[in-house]
Amino acid sequence: MPGFGPAMGFTLAYMGAVILIPLAALVLRPWTLGAEGVWDVVSSPRVLASLRLSFGAALIAATVNVGLGLAVAWMLVRYDFPLKRIVDAMVDLPFALPTAVAGLALTALYAPNGWIGQFLAPLGIQIAFTPAGVVVALIFIGLPFVVRTVQPVLQDLNPELEEAAVTLGAGRAVTFRRVVLPALMPALLTGYALAFARAVGEYGSVIFIAGNMPMVSEIAPLLIVVQLEQYDYAAAAAIGMVMLLASFVLLLIINLLQRYSRRWDER
Amino acid sequence: MRLTRHFFAAALGALVASGSIYGAAAQQTLLNVSYDPTRELYKEFNQVFAEHWKKETGETLAISVSHGGSAKQARAVIDGLEADVVTLALAYDIDAIAEHASLLDKDWQKQFPHNSTPYTSTIVFLVRKGNPKNIKDWGDLVKPGIQVITPNPKTSGGARWNYLAAWGYALKHNNKSDAAAKKFVTTLYKNVPVLDTGARGSTTTFVQRNIGDVLLAWENEAFLAIDELGPDKLEIVVPSVSILAEPPVAIIDKVVDKRGTRKQAEAYLNFLYSPEGQRLAAKHYYRPRQLEYAGEFGKRFANLELFTIQDFGDWQVAQKKHFSDGGEFDQIYKVGR
Amino acid sequence: MTIFLSHGQTGGVNREAQRDSRAVRWSVMALSLGFLLLFILLPLIAVFIEALRRGIVPFLEAIAEPDALSAIRLTLLVAAISVPLNIVFGVVASWAIAKFEFRGKAFLITLIDLPFSVSPVISGLVYVLLFGAQGYLGPWLRENDIQIIFALPGIVLATVFVTFPFVARELIPLMQSQGTDEEEAAIMLGANGWQTFWKVTLPNVKWGLLYGVLLCNARAMGEFGAVSVVSGHIRGKTNTIPLHAEILYNEYNFVAAFAVASILALLALVTLVAKSVLEWRFGHELSTGGKH
Repeated sequence: MPGFGPAMGFTLAYMGAVILIPLAALVLRPWTLGAEGVWDVVSSPRVLASLRLSFGAALIAATVNVGLGLAVAWMLVRYDFPLKRIVDAMVDLPFALPTAVAGLALTALYAPNGWIGQFLAPLGIQIAFTPAGVVVALIFIGLPFVVRTVQPVLQDLNPELEEAAVTLGAGRAVTFRRVVLPALMPALLTGYALAFARAVGEYGSVIFIAGNMPMVSEIAPLLIVVQLEQYDYAAAAAIGMVMLLASFVLLLIINLLQRYSRRWDER
Repeated sequence: MRLTRHFFAAALGALVASGSIYGAAAQQTLLNVSYDPTRELYKEFNQVFAEHWKKETGETLAISVSHGGSAKQARAVIDGLEADVVTLALAYDIDAIAEHASLLDKDWQKQFPHNSTPYTSTIVFLVRKGNPKNIKDWGDLVKPGIQVITPNPKTSGGARWNYLAAWGYALKHNNKSDAAAKKFVTTLYKNVPVLDTGARGSTTTFVQRNIGDVLLAWENEAFLAIDELGPDKLEIVVPSVSILAEPPVAIIDKVVDKRGTRKQAEAYLNFLYSPEGQRLAAKHYYRPRQLEYAGEFGKRFANLELFTIQDFGDWQVAQKKHFSDGGEFDQIYKVGR
Repeated sequence: MTIFLSHGQTGGVNREAQRDSRAVRWSVMALSLGFLLLFILLPLIAVFIEALRRGIVPFLEAIAEPDALSAIRLTLLVAAISVPLNIVFGVVASWAIAKFEFRGKAFLITLIDLPFSVSPVISGLVYVLLFGAQGYLGPWLRENDIQIIFALPGIVLATVFVTFPFVARELIPLMQSQGTDEEEAAIMLGANGWQTFWKVTLPNVKWGLLYGVLLCNARAMGEFGAVSVVSGHIRGKTNTIPLHAEILYNEYNFVAAFAVASILALLALVTLVAKSVLEWRFGHELSTGGKH
C-alpha cells in the first residue's frame, strides 16, 4: 500500500515539533546543576516521599478505575435502564471540568463537614487532606479513560463466544473469566495505562484535597512548583525529568503487554 | 469529507481573527503585573488614574492588569512578560527580577517613598464567631489542641509574612533568642493540619471546610473573607504585635525604555501615593501610608505594634535563613511529626 | 478492538448466554451508579450550587462581565486552532501506525501517550524553557520581536501539547481492528493512495474520529495547569475560562468563580448533546457502516 513514507514523515515531524523538542528542553535543563546537583535534588527524602505518593496513588487510582470502570462499561452496554443516555454522557465530564474546579468540588464533598465526609468522619475515616484524598481526585480524572476504552470492545464482543461457552457447560462465572475477560484484556490494559499516565502528573485538582503535608501528602508536581517558587528552574526540571522517565518506562511496559495480550488473543 | 474542510475554514478564520487582535493596539498601553487579591483595588484605581491622566495630558491610556501568585508573576516577568510596572506581595520577588533577568536596578526599592511601598497590611487572626477557643495573641496558637490554618510558606508569598510574624513575636518575648523562636514556630506548625498552596486555599479550608480554630491571614484578605463569606460566621482578632507586610511596587526599567512608557509608568505609581490613591487603597482594605487620606475608611484599621522585615535583616537574608531548601522551615518537617 | 469508541446504541442484550442473574445485575448496577454518583454527579451538582448560591442574577452578571466574555472568546479561539491541528496529526499518525508494520511501534505509541503523563506544571514549563526570555530561543525571539509565551501562540502550543494524544489514541486501535483489506481492494481497482485514504479509510473511522474530537475539544477548553504557566494572566487579554475562574476565586469572588467554571461544564454538556443528536440521526448508519 502506498503512502507510508509521507504519512510517517509527517507524523515524526509533527511529533518532533510538538513533543520531542519541548521535552528535550526539559531533559537538557537540569544539567546546569551538574550530575551531582541533579542527584542531590532527586534523592532528597522529601522528593522521594512525594514520588512514592504520586506513583503509588496513581497506581491505586488506576486499579480502582479498571475495576469500577469495567462495571460501569458493563452496565452501559448490557443493561437497559432509564436515563441511560445521560449517565453515558456524564462519564466524559472529568475531561471538561477544569481540574482546579474539580478539586474544589471534591474537597467540598469529602471534607469532614462535606456531604459525604460527614458520614465518614464518625467512623474515623478521613479522606480530604490525607493521601486518600489524593487517590479520590486521581480516580475522578482517570475514570473516562477506562470506561471509554472498554465500552466499545464489550459492544463488539461476539455473542457466539459466550454462547459456545455455555453450550459446553461452563457457568457464567467461568465464561466471564475464561472468555469475556481475556477478550477485554487489551482494552483494560490500555485504559489502565492512560488513567495511570494522566494521574501521575496531575496537579490542579490534587492540591486542594491533599492537605500537602511534607513527607505525608505532598505530591511530586507540588515539589516542582516549590522549586519554581525559589526560581530554581534547573531543580524543577530535574524532578520533572525523573517523573517523565519513570512514566515513560511504565507506559512502555504496559503498551508492550497490551500488544502481547492482543497477539495472544488473536491466536 | 466536508466536516474536515469546515474545520480548516474555522481554523483559518481563527488565525486571521487572532492576528487582528494584536494588530489593533494603536493607543498607549500599560501593563501592571500584580499578585492575587488586588484585582478590585486596581480595577478601580486604573479607571481613576486613566481619567486623571487624560485630564492631565490628553492621552488615552489603556491599563491592563495580570494577577497570580506573587512568585509566579515575578517568574513570568523574568521569562518575558512585558510588564511596565510590577506590584507584588514581597520585595524578594522583585529582587528576583533584578537578579535573574536584570530588568531593573538592584536598588529599585529606593526609587519611590516608603521603601517603594505605597500601602501596607499586617497579619491578623481570623477566628470563628464568638471566638470559642478564646484566641487573643500568638501565644495561644501553640497551645495543645489548637488547630492553626496557614498556607505553605514555600509556595505562598503571603504565608512567609505569617511565618515571620510568629517568629518576630517569639523573638520579642524571649529576649531575642533565635533558639526559642525556632521552638515556638516549630510548635506552631505542629498545630497546622493542612498546608494549602495559597492564601485563598487556606481561607476555603478554614471557612468552608470548617477545619481549624484560627486562620492566619493578611488583614486585607481577612476583611475580604468576612465580606464574601459572612460576618455572622467569622471575626477578626488583632494580636498584640505583628509584622508590617509591605507589598512593594517597581518600574521595570528595560521594558518601559523599550516601549517608551516611562513617563506613564512613573505617574501611575506616584499616583498610588496621592490622596486619591491612598484613599482607594484604604477602601480596598490596604493600610495607606498616610492615614489622614483614608477618610471614612481610616477607622477600620486597628492600632497595634508592628515590626518590619528590617528586624530580620532584609528579604534576601530572611529567605535564605528560613525558606530556602534545608532552611529553618524545612527543619520543622525534618524532625518528624 | 476499538478503543474509546462508544456507540450510543442501547438495546439491552437478550441472548440467553449473555444474560446475568438478577443478583449480578443489581450489584453491578448499584456499584456503577453509586460510583458515578459519588465521583461525577455530586461534584457537578456542587459546582452549580455554588454558582447559583446567590440566585440567577449574580450568575448571569458574572458571565456577562467583559473580562469573562473575553475569556470565553479566547478559550473558543484556542480550541478552534489547536483541535484541528491535532485532528490532522491524529488521522495521519494513526494511518501510518495502524496500516503498516514497522519496528518500534510500541515505542512510538508510548511517545504519543507521553503528554498524558507529563504533569501540567511541566508541560507549561517546557515552553518557558524554550521560548522564555531566559530560555534557549529567548534571545533570538527578542531580537526579532516575536512574542510566543504570554500571548496566543504560547497558549495554543500548550493546549496542543496536552490534547495531542486524544485523536490518534482513538483511531489507532480502530484502524488496526479494521485491517487493510478494503484499502487493498480499492488500490487493486485502480485508486491511488490519496483517493483510498479519502474515500475508504476516512469514512470508515468517522465515528471514532468524532469521539476523539469531542474529547480533545473538552480537554482543550478545560486545561488549566499548562496554560496557566504560559498565559501571563492578563485580564481581558490572555485569560482563558479556567484561568479567569481561578482569579475570581483568589479574589474571594466565589459565586462568579463557580459561575464561570460552570460555563465549561455547560459547553461540555452541549457537545455531549450534539453527540447524542448525531448518534440518533445517523444511528442506522452507525450500526451498519461504522463497524467493521
